Amino acid sequence: MVELEIPAEPEFVGLVRLFVSSLATTRRELADDRIDDLKLAVSEACTNAIDAHADSATDDRVSVSWAEGDDRLEVAVNDRGPGFDVASIPQHPPVTDPERLNFERGLGIPLIRSLVDEVDFKTSEAGTTVTLVMYCGPAEE
Amino acid sequence: MDLGLDVTEQNGHTVLAVKGEVDVYTAPRLRERLVELVTEGKRKIVVDLEGVDFLDSTGLGVLVGGLKRLRSNDGEMSLVSTQSRILKVFEITGLTKVFSIHDSVEAATAG
Repeated sequence: MVELEIPAEPEFVGLVRLFVSSLATTRRELADDRIDDLKLAVSEACTNAIDAHADSATDDRVSVSWAEGDDRLEVAVNDRGPGFDVASIPQHPPVTDPERLNFERGLGIPLIRSLVDEVDFKTSEAGTTVTLVMYCGPAEE
Repeated sequence: MDLGLDVTEQNGHTVLAVKGEVDVYTAPRLRERLVELVTEGKRKIVVDLEGVDFLDSTGLGVLVGGLKRLRSNDGEMSLVSTQSRILKVFEITGLTKVFSIHDSVEAATAG
């Protein structure tokens, strides 16, 4: 496993994208568009983690871990924020409804669900871990 | 991480060319620039995303906010993008139905 810890500040999300894209490119058999999907999903999870820290005013760091299996890679984003209920995220109005323009946020989790093969949210008062899974084999030597 | 925001006037439209990565760190600068343009009285804005390498939901939110601001001022905003990685984000979120997305600045400013 490889782990990266970042301060819970927006300027470090780009570093996390480099971290996962570099590992995905060198270590896994993954097409470029799937690497883009992974980068975006991880970036969304980190953005939510940083938001969670801002809400709780904690100085703890956000950690991003990379783990591999024969047929999959897993990236886990772990924060120390107050946690949230994934099921309680409000639904946006349909995109054809003019009211839709009143919602600038809340697109991150739907994006994550669409971009990766599996996603798991574990949340409690001690923090949240979002685990993102992509199915892929190891890179050929 | 730099975000390029270059403004030109083309065929009666204000073209905002965005270059770089639009994420939670840089999106506030895009929001500020769009607000400035509307405050200056610009009403036909084209946001050119051809130079954008990465766009996340924060960036999408800023564009949605910009469109809302313009429409509430009797204006309109359209986008330019041909990159599949950028278009995919609009498609997944259904925002292709909200934005007018063109394949060139010329096409976007033709109307």
